Amino acid sequence: MATRVIAVEDVKTEVVTQAAYEHPFVVRLCHWGNAVSLFVMVGSGLQIFRAFPSFGAKIPQKDLINWPGSLALGGWLGGALQWHLTFMWIYIATGLLYLGYQVFSGNYKQVLFVRRDIPGVWPMVRHYFFFGSKPPVREAYNPLQKHAYTMAIGLGVLSVLTGLAIWKPVQFSWLTWLMGGFHWARLWHFLIMWALLAMVFGHLVMVVLHGWNNFVSMLTGWKKDPEYRSE
Amino acid sequence: MNSPVDSRKFKSMNRRELLKLTPVVVLGAFAIPKLQVPLLKAGLGFSDWTSPKLFRSGHLAPTFRDSDLTPFDKFPINDYDVDDPEVELDKWSLTVTGAVQGPGEYTLAQIQALPKVRQNTRHVCVEGWDVVGRFGGARLADFLRTIGADPAARFITVECADDYYESLDMATAMHPQTLLCYEMYDRPLTREHGAPLRLQIPTKIGYKQAKYLTHLKVSHVLERVGYWEDQGYSEFYGL
Repeated sequence: MATRVIAVEDVKTEVVTQAAYEHPFVVRLCHWGNAVSLFVMVGSGLQIFRAFPSFGAKIPQKDLINWPGSLALGGWLGGALQWHLTFMWIYIATGLLYLGYQVFSGNYKQVLFVRRDIPGVWPMVRHYFFFGSKPPVREAYNPLQKHAYTMAIGLGVLSVLTGLAIWKPVQFSWLTWLMGGFHWARLWHFLIMWALLAMVFGHLVMVVLHGWNNFVSMLTGWKKDPEYRSE
Repeated sequence: MNSPVDSRKFKSMNRRELLKLTPVVVLGAFAIPKLQVPLLKAGLGFSDWTSPKLFRSGHLAPTFRDSDLTPFDKFPINDYDVDDPEVELDKWSLTVTGAVQGPGEYTLAQIQALPKVRQNTRHVCVEGWDVVGRFGGARLADFLRTIGADPAARFITVECADDYYESLDMATAMHPQTLLCYEMYDRPLTREHGAPLRLQIPTKIGYKQAKYLTHLKVSHVLERVGYWEDQGYSEFYGL
């Protein structure tokens, strides 16, 4: 789907530049609401993990890692559960609103990784990691970005499903079973958190590398001087 | 492409779009100490409001083969103050009060005279660990019929020899897997596991399954929810 591009004329210099409306309001709202709730879910989740920092038996208990309480949210298990069971609703609501909007507006085409994007992945990887030349920019998201965001959204869905499997292992016993039982569901939930954190880390590095103009587009929707033109 | 927009108008377009994101700033209320406590209480309350709606009376918790059982000596003992509140087992009886036709003292023999249920079910602790145990006892639903509990009552409250207290919603109390448990691994309950009688509820988190029961009350209103709930944990916590 072509992103809307307009011409902007500077009132003083009369220089005409371009601006692209890359991120619709619902996408931006969900992005920031989800970012805040993910931060809280990870922080409180790590505090919950501190109550039993293991994936083995309770007796004898072999701790996997002594995660520092200063890098966790909620102070104690009960407090962390309050944060977790509050912000999960915001996390789910922003996720569902985003998915619903993307599907019904057709805006998903901007970001969904499809077969057509496959040939474009390697040139982007070569550019980012091996000093290859920069492939031409034709749309708001390049194939590697589409791949990353599509994966991240998939991980977001899995984080909710694995969470449901350990919060309600009786009512959703089929879901818990599908994950390999309660023990495994808890491990999947933990691993998916780290995968999401890895994605957030890469995302933040790219945000810094691409500068202010790109960052502002997730606040206002508009990106000045996009590298592509309207079709 | 349409005719150019002038840069002043573009600036105001940007400002308007930015202002639309103010709902996200509202989340900052959670950072204000005075608002944080009631907001988190409301959030937890919302989870406790949705949970009973997910509960299905006819849906059974998964049961397991004997080979899946956690060995008895690997079954954790959690309590909030003492392992053994020194119940005098031969003098013990369960005091029943509240909205019942037959209030009074009930002996263990009377409870054991009810149909016996044995089940291998998963025990999940709020801390995150889980074990599969073998439990035996009488259905709480059968006992409630024996004492003539008011079918319109909404809560069961229990008190324990170690001053622990808990409560149950009636739907969970009537669930066929909810037991007044007097046996673990086909032997009488040991003192550390709550002798002579405890709640065993495969559809609830561990802290709802009180040990060393001494009192059982049937009521229409909830006066006290439970020890851990009063510290800030979920009131319903159904699995």
